Amino acid sequence: MAPLLHVDNLTIRFPRAEPVSNLSFEIAEGETLAIVGESGSGKSLTALALMQLLPRAAKVASGRIRFNGRDLLQLDAREMRRLRGSEIAMIFQEPMTSLNPVMTIGRQIAEVLKVHERLSGRAARKRAIELLELVRIPAPEKRVDDYPHQLSGGMRQRVMIAMAVACKPKLLIADEPTTALDVTIQAQVLDLLDTLRRELQMAVVLITHDLGVVSQWADKVVVMYAGRKVEQALPGDLFNDPLHPYTRGLLAASPRLKNDFHYRDGALTEIPGSIVSAAGEAGCPFRPRCDQARASCGQRVPQLTIPAPDRLVACPFTSSIKAVPHAAAFSL
Amino acid sequence: MPLLSVSDLKTHYKSRDGLLRAVDGVDLVVERGETVGLVGESGCGKSTLGKTLLRLVDPTEGTIEFKGEDITVLDQRRLRGVRKSIQMVFQDPFASLNPRHTIGEILEAPLIVHKAGNRIERRQIVADIVAKVGLPSESINRYPHEFSGGQRQRIGIARALLLNPELIVCDEPVSALDLSIQAQILNLLVEMKKEFGLSYLFISHDLSVVRYFADRVMVMYLGRIVESADNATLWSDPRHPYTRALMNAVPDPSRPRQAAPLGGDLPSPSNIPSGCRFHTRCPLATDVCRAEEPEFRFIAPGHQVACHFADTIN
Repeated sequence: MAPLLHVDNLTIRFPRAEPVSNLSFEIAEGETLAIVGESGSGKSLTALALMQLLPRAAKVASGRIRFNGRDLLQLDAREMRRLRGSEIAMIFQEPMTSLNPVMTIGRQIAEVLKVHERLSGRAARKRAIELLELVRIPAPEKRVDDYPHQLSGGMRQRVMIAMAVACKPKLLIADEPTTALDVTIQAQVLDLLDTLRRELQMAVVLITHDLGVVSQWADKVVVMYAGRKVEQALPGDLFNDPLHPYTRGLLAASPRLKNDFHYRDGALTEIPGSIVSAAGEAGCPFRPRCDQARASCGQRVPQLTIPAPDRLVACPFTSSIKAVPHAAAFSL
Repeated sequence: MPLLSVSDLKTHYKSRDGLLRAVDGVDLVVERGETVGLVGESGCGKSTLGKTLLRLVDPTEGTIEFKGEDITVLDQRRLRGVRKSIQMVFQDPFASLNPRHTIGEILEAPLIVHKAGNRIERRQIVADIVAKVGLPSESINRYPHEFSGGQRQRIGIARALLLNPELIVCDEPVSALDLSIQAQILNLLVEMKKEFGLSYLFISHDLSVVRYFADRVMVMYLGRIVESADNATLWSDPRHPYTRALMNAVPDPSRPRQAAPLGGDLPSPSNIPSGCRFHTRCPLATDVCRAEEPEFRFIAPGHQVACHFADTIN
């Protein structure tokens, strides 16, 4: 069966930079794909490209985005507008900046339903209350008349989710949906997203920098660095046996993954330098920070290879790298 | 005598919704050479507590003794002397660096204020500290916007170290940084601690960072410390239901996914619940919890908990 979404060789360019290069991935219906990367990895621009909401200076230079049998890049603005919010929806990191501060949350949710489902005012309000109930907002018939500032951060993100799922989209793009939230609230919101994914048979692209979140909620993980996919795996494989030196570095640098490790026992493993070093470099973008780099890494960008079933890695030297010291800690 | 000893500290603000009790009766001690981690979620008062310790915000009640001297009663002039010894590192160093000054100028300013050395000596101190925090020497002629987030945090740390402080209050120093950079900064803080014999009060919402970095951990909820223990004890035997919930909420690859441990939101600090302030979200709450505020009591040497059921919880 064809995947719900197939991004094929997507390249995004700014006048003087290429923030996303030859990116490909697929998502099946009802699946959660995590795209993990640090700032500058291109993960958020990828999300915006899927929604056709790239900033004006950015252009899709090449590639295709096939969604449910159609190439999104071929759609005109009107067709895309119809799709957005109904078949593909998106939620962002900071719900306060995406909600209208002078409009009640009920009216904002109803607006989606009026536009896409042509509901009457009364029917849309009724449905808005149902949606608030669906996202577990207590006393929804009262809350529907609240303004965004009257809600906590977690509640606002629930409202965003209610708007996003109002038309039962096939695909939900969640860009750092819990980064601004406290851990106890994060757990509630991720729980909710996953429940809705199952109830509504919705695929989710979960964009995050948080490896812990990835490990718990993703069916499949894409690791991005400087605009490229450097590794793809099932979460169990990724955490047990990361292959790309960048992924290994990230896992080793993460205090969360080393439960009994204390500063008195030794220093955290560092990845030297910063992602800025990838700019303008030929060859592997991670080379300037890589402890495995060799002369040949500077010559061309490493191709993705398939080292094992369900895995991809863009480093020709993974087989020669010895297991990372802390691998034993991530038993899944 | 401990380096820092805080007792019954309260910082209340007047707000539109009434009295906002941001810090509401905190006792804490930082010994020389110790790193105390202060963990809590947004709105628990941890940043206000940090600022109160430097008297960037004035306390409403209570004492802050630094090396035996109560600094809550000092006037601005005498406070300046103390501020040399207590420094702060902030979450977003960019917001605290003047964009129109070079790094050299930014770092020299505190030395001028505190009349440290002549011009040549000051330049030397700045050059030394820049090298110590791992920045290239030409950084002193550059402006803040030319640096990445990790490098800016190095500048923030350099500035905190300039006057040879004894205590540094770090308020979420790595929260805005990418994971690969976070490790660099944590390692730097550890090195600096060894080199300068520092003590830290390390404020963070991130339990895993605190677990790595702290010698002792205090958990804060709605203006109060609810649990305090040495690092190993806290992680192996947490006794407050809130501490447990926080730990369970962290998504951890080494264990299966957990149900969300807590429902509901943090109540407002201008409307703190009666009795135990955690009872509205606590899975174990009983009538006693709704009526009586639990005492912050020792359940073992060095292990304090504010819960009526701290002995029986498991």
